[in-house]
Order: sequence, then structure tokens, then C-alpha cells
Amino acid sequence: MAEIEKKATSALEQQRVWEYATAPEAKDIVRLEDRYGLFLGGRFVEPKSGRYFETIDPATEEPLAEVGEAGEEDVDLAARTAREAWEERWRDLPGKERAKYLYRIARALQERSREFAVLETMNNGKPIKESRDVDVPLAAAHFFYYAGWADKLDYAFPGRVPRPLGVAAQITPWNFPLLMCAWKLAPALATGNTAILKPASTTPLTALLLAEVIEQAELPPGVVNVIPGPGGRTGGWLAAHPDIAKIAFTGSTEIGKILRRNVAGTGKRLTLELGGKAANIVFEDAALDQAVEGIINGIFFNQGEVCCAGSRLFVEESVFEPLVDKLKARLDTLRVGDPLDKNTDIGAINSRDQLEKIEELVQSGIEEGAEMYQPDCDLPERGFWFRPTLFTNVSQSHRIAREEIFGPVLSILTFRTPQEAVEKANNTEYGLSAGIWTEKGSRILWMAERMKAGVVWANTFNRFDPSSPFGGYKESGFGREGGRHGLEPYLDLNGGNGR
Amino acid sequence: MSKAAEIERNTPSLALYAPRDASRLVARVTSVDAVGLEERAASLGRRSIKRESKLWALDLAIRSMDLTTLEGVDTTGRVVSMCAKAVRPDPTDVTIPSVAAVCVYPQLVPVALGELKRSSVKVASVAGSFPAGLGPLGARLAEIREVVDQGAHEVDIVLNRSQFLGGRYAACFEELAAAREAAGEAHLKVILEVGELGSYDRIRQASVLAMAAGADFIKTSTGKIGSSATLPSALCMMEAARDFSHETGRRVGIKVAGGIRASKQAVQYLTLVYETLGPEWMAPDLFRIGASSLLNDILMQINKERTGRYQGPDYFTID
Repeated sequence: MAEIEKKATSALEQQRVWEYATAPEAKDIVRLEDRYGLFLGGRFVEPKSGRYFETIDPATEEPLAEVGEAGEEDVDLAARTAREAWEERWRDLPGKERAKYLYRIARALQERSREFAVLETMNNGKPIKESRDVDVPLAAAHFFYYAGWADKLDYAFPGRVPRPLGVAAQITPWNFPLLMCAWKLAPALATGNTAILKPASTTPLTALLLAEVIEQAELPPGVVNVIPGPGGRTGGWLAAHPDIAKIAFTGSTEIGKILRRNVAGTGKRLTLELGGKAANIVFEDAALDQAVEGIINGIFFNQGEVCCAGSRLFVEESVFEPLVDKLKARLDTLRVGDPLDKNTDIGAINSRDQLEKIEELVQSGIEEGAEMYQPDCDLPERGFWFRPTLFTNVSQSHRIAREEIFGPVLSILTFRTPQEAVEKANNTEYGLSAGIWTEKGSRILWMAERMKAGVVWANTFNRFDPSSPFGGYKESGFGREGGRHGLEPYLDLNGGNGR
Repeated sequence: MSKAAEIERNTPSLALYAPRDASRLVARVTSVDAVGLEERAASLGRRSIKRESKLWALDLAIRSMDLTTLEGVDTTGRVVSMCAKAVRPDPTDVTIPSVAAVCVYPQLVPVALGELKRSSVKVASVAGSFPAGLGPLGARLAEIREVVDQGAHEVDIVLNRSQFLGGRYAACFEELAAAREAAGEAHLKVILEVGELGSYDRIRQASVLAMAAGADFIKTSTGKIGSSATLPSALCMMEAARDFSHETGRRVGIKVAGGIRASKQAVQYLTLVYETLGPEWMAPDLFRIGASSLLNDILMQINKERTGRYQGPDYFTID
């Protein structure tokens, strides 16, 4: 019967290492135009500037399309169009009618979710599993959520008389291109404002696809306008335009400061959601394996290109070694590569500029004496890539512990007591988010009370919900997006009716 | 004897721990956060395993399978038939490997041994007052000794949840250690019955206790209660096994059992093993799936991967 035994062992048995076969999401669901215009007054038009810029896939450096650049004349036209739409077609529309349009947008986003996810990944470089499971569903959820508020504004602020402001200029970043459009548009429209959206210049495509959805939803012309262009020029003209009543900006602290200076004294309302250098604080009694997942998610989600990324890890000294061992082992399992592959954990960095900035800061970390660890993974030849990185031996004064890197780089520091953890965590010019990892409920509350951060997560990180307000302290900006709080920046609560 | 089904004993001393260590061991087990654990398990469950990697996983799933029948109505005929299936899961396809073992009640051990004596397939028996595990200790140990004397290669016993949940860790440890001794050369799998433990913290503590007391495998479930193996509970046990190996150098196997009927589930568990414990655990000596109807679904999926078409259920034998 030796025969049976021979037959009973399979050829596959010899291969002991399991390789995941590539599992790329198909691109063919996305129909790219060669050239996109501006979305103005309810339709796509050629930019009067006559200028177009190229937008690329950061994972391959291949051009995807040419996009019209809004010049000063285009910005002026957009502002006047949005103002007219507000006065004639939107301001006095009953809340339930506005809600109807928002629900339509939300449903269209869900129906076309795969298309949005694939395009987002192509233009931004983020892994498809994130655009599919986080960006697009959350964007739809924001429209659904604020659709619900549109006819209930009178009850949102008891005793106050909420009225819309007028035209909102909304300038969004490249890290969550579609989601940030949703964060901005949904509350603005729900509260009865019209909007001009200026998407980031490296990632305009999903904003333009959203414009297509808005057209499909038959929003009155001019209520939403999308005008891509470089921040310095297009964004600057937009913010300076006299027909703008409100500016909502998400992006770097540097630009936020410029905006604030320019807006001073104009009477325009401003909200800023800027940089961060969040502390993730792990106590000895934390559920360590889940803390590891939370830390990984906190800093490597979206390649670390997240304003609220948990880029500083504070570990109670007594668990420093086991935690760092676990983190390193976990880093080794991260799959870096083709963002369209469904098994990719870390995709491409959005642009060469950003990659260079990350490289420069990481170099400074090495020079200042911190100890670097990177897994030994292969990187694709073309495109912008950076290995997941962690630094130990970091001190508070190192640049990598102070400056926002906006990349997959974690700085690990230690503390001995909760008081020390609070002091060190708050010792930063930013204050956007923080994470606390402990099994002790009272300590979570004690810590949360003392953290100078807009969002404090307990035993989790990077968790977002449309009903939960988000925003910063100090140089991380001001104003809140999301939740009932997110309505306020778009409303005059004293019954005014625009300027 | 095929190497695949050969279980190598990892023996860096079972006497690392004694009953008096039990309470300390349980007390210092790290906490488990349910939300985070379930999130991680779900995200690994969404890995996309296709083509060659899927075929390899399905092949391993067969090689790691404990084909199981544990019913009060099991007869000689039923076990003979299942043994034939275990050796040659697909009579028309010689490239399909045998399963790792068959798992039966003690009374049917001689039947299974007789049927499998010239194959690579091992015989596993449940013992120790399966599935509650609350018979008199002497009788439970005697049952273990008896199945081993009859020739069973592997013994699946249950953790004494009465003592464990009652906080009598030393007694619980002592029983497990006695069972370990009673099993002699046979391989001991300790069923934690995760569906009854109530929290992941408890699952992790039970895993550590069983491993410290000398279990060769820790196993999720008996399949006799409503809730069986789940991805998060298996992940929780795997994390415990990983850290135990890190601390003691002793590798303990993981067996998932109960409610695993679809190939997709099997592949998800393998993904968990791969990303938590690493390639070392991807073999029948350190990973097992206890199942019965799963086998035909795997055969169907292998066939589909190879031919691009699904065949009807009647093209696969029911044994």
C-alpha cells in the first residue's frame, strides 16, 4: 500500500511559503476624459485662462488627464455665479428640498462607489482597500448625515435664528480628495449656502467626478462649482473675492496662516483644519496586540498622509521593549506596493514634492541620532514610495518629534507617569488628535480631560463618523467639521441674511 | 508514513511551569480589546486570495483537516466510509492529498485504526468526558489512557471550564497536566470551547493556561454548542500562541473547529495563521481544521479553480 501514501502527498506540499497572488481591482470602471474643464453654473466649461495642467497617477507617474486651471477671471465668474445661485435658487429653498438633493448625491456616491474608489486610488496613490472601505463610504455618509439636518436647522441651536451666510469657498487637500469635498459641501449645502470647491492641484479627479454626480442629481445650476488650480493662485484669488462670505480650508498650517492674515478685517468667516503631530499614548496595562494595530493604523493609514496621524508614540517605559518588538514584527508584514491591489496595505506617496519632504525629515532624524527601523520590502521602480518607518531613541527636541512629516514615519518616545505623558503629549505646537491606550476607564477620562487635542480616541485611532465633530487646537486650526457643531461655521445664528 | 501528517513534538520541557504558577500566569496575560481584535480579524478576512495562492491554501486546508464525526449515532459503517474519504478525498483525482486525521468517539477508535493502518491519516479521539468535561477526574484520565492504549495518535480533550471560570486555575492546570501525562506519546489537543468563555480576555487566559500545562494544540470548540470558532477568537488564540512561542521557544498548534463549512472560511483562517504566526505554522503539525462538510466544498472549489466551472454537488462523494 505504499502506493497510497505516494499518491496521498500533493505536489503543492513542497512549497511552504505562501505568496498572495496579485489581486488588482480593474481600472476599466473608470472612464477618464483626456481633458477636464471647470464645473461652473451647472456644466463643464473651458477655463477662460486657457491653461491646463497635467494630473498623474503617483504609483506609476503616468499622466491620467489634463485639467483646466481656473484663472482670476474664472474665479470671478465662479464667485458671481455662486452668489447669483444663492440669491435666486438656493437661499430660500425649503430645507426639505435641499435635503432631497443631498440624499440624491449620497445615493449616487453609493451607486458609483467602485468607480470613485478606483479613481481616488489612481489619482492619490492610497490603497484600494482604504478608498473602498473608508473614503467613499464615509463621503456618502456625510451627505446622508447632513441631508438629515437640512430641514431641522431651527432645532439645532435652540433660541437662535440660523441663517445661511452666502457663498462658501472651500479649499480641500490632496490626502482625502473626495472625502474632504464631502466634509465641506454637505454642511454648506444643508445650511443653505452655495459653494465653490477648489480641489488640491495634484488630486482634482474625484472632485470633478463628484461634479458629474452633482449634475446627475440636478442641483440648481451654480449651487456647486468646482474650479481646480494651484493653491497659491486659484486659491488665493478665491479667498480674496468680495462675493465670498465664508472660507473653509483644510491643508497645511503654513497656508492656513496666510489665509488668516488675508481674511483679517474682511468680515469673512473662516475655518481652518491644519496640520497635526498627534500623540498615541500606550500605558502598561493596555491590550498590547490591539494597541499595536491601533498604532499601525494611526501612522500608516493613508501612508501617514493624515493630518490627525498618530505620528508620536508615547510608550510607558515598562512595556517599551515588548511593544517595540511587536511593532517591528508587525511592520514586517505590511504589504507595500500597487495601490490597486486589494491586498496592499501601504500605497504610493502622493507627489514627488511630498516624498522629498518625507525623505528630508527622515534624514534629519538619522542625523539627530534617532535609531531607524524599516522592513526589508521591495518597492516598485516607478512612482513615489516610502517604506514604513519607525524611529526609537527619539527625544522631544528632535525635528521628527516636532514637525509634521505627513508620511509613514513613526517617532517613539517613552514616559513614566500619566502626568509626564500629558506634559509631553501636549508639548507641541499642534493639537488635532490624540490616542489613549489603557484598560482603565478612569485613566482614559483623566487623560482626555487634560489632552489639548480636538479629538481624543480611546483604545482606537483614526475612527471617523459624520456625527462626530472634528477639528483642532493651537496651530492645528479652529472650527469643527462634522456633527451638529459642523453646521455652525456655515450659519449666522443671529438671524442675519448674508452680507 | 507521510511527513505531512507526522506531528513532531516540540519538547523544550513541558515542566516549564507547575500548578503553583497557574494563577500568576493567568494574571499577567495581556488584556484583549474586543473592538480592535474584531476589526483586525475582519480586515484579514477581507484579504483577496486568488488563483495559485488559493489553490495552495485549499490544498493545505485538506492536508490540515481533521475529518470529524462526533454523533451519538456514529456506527462502524459510518466511520469506515469516512476513513475511505479521508485517505482519498476525491477517488477520481490522485493529486488531492489525504487529510491529516479523522476524529471520532473513543468506541470507534479501533474501527478507524483498522481502516487507516496503511495510510498516512492519523486517528484522533475525543476523550475526557467530551464535550462537557465534567466527569470524575479518574474516569476522564482513564478514558484518555484507554484510547491511547488502543492506538489513537491524537487526543482531543476539553478544558475544565467549571474550574477555569471559577478561578481555580491551579486545579485546572493540574488536570491538564495529568491529562498530558495520561496521553503519553499521543498528541494532546485542548479544546477551550471559546463560545462559553464569554470574553476574549478569558480566551487568551485559557490559551496560556493550556499551553503552559503542556497542550500540543489549543482548539477553539467542540462543535457541540451553538457558537463555535470565529475569526476573532481564533486570532486571539493565535496571538497567545505567538507570544508563548516567543517567550518559551515552544510552538503550540492551533485547531479551529465548529461551523467551518465553506472554503472561503478555511482560507480566511489560513490568512490569519499566515499573518499572525507566520509560514512556520502553515503545516499540519501546527495547524488543523476540524470539519466534516468542508471537504466537499474545498474539492468543488479546487475543481472550479482548475477548470473554471462549478460542478454539481453530486459529483463529489458523500461519505
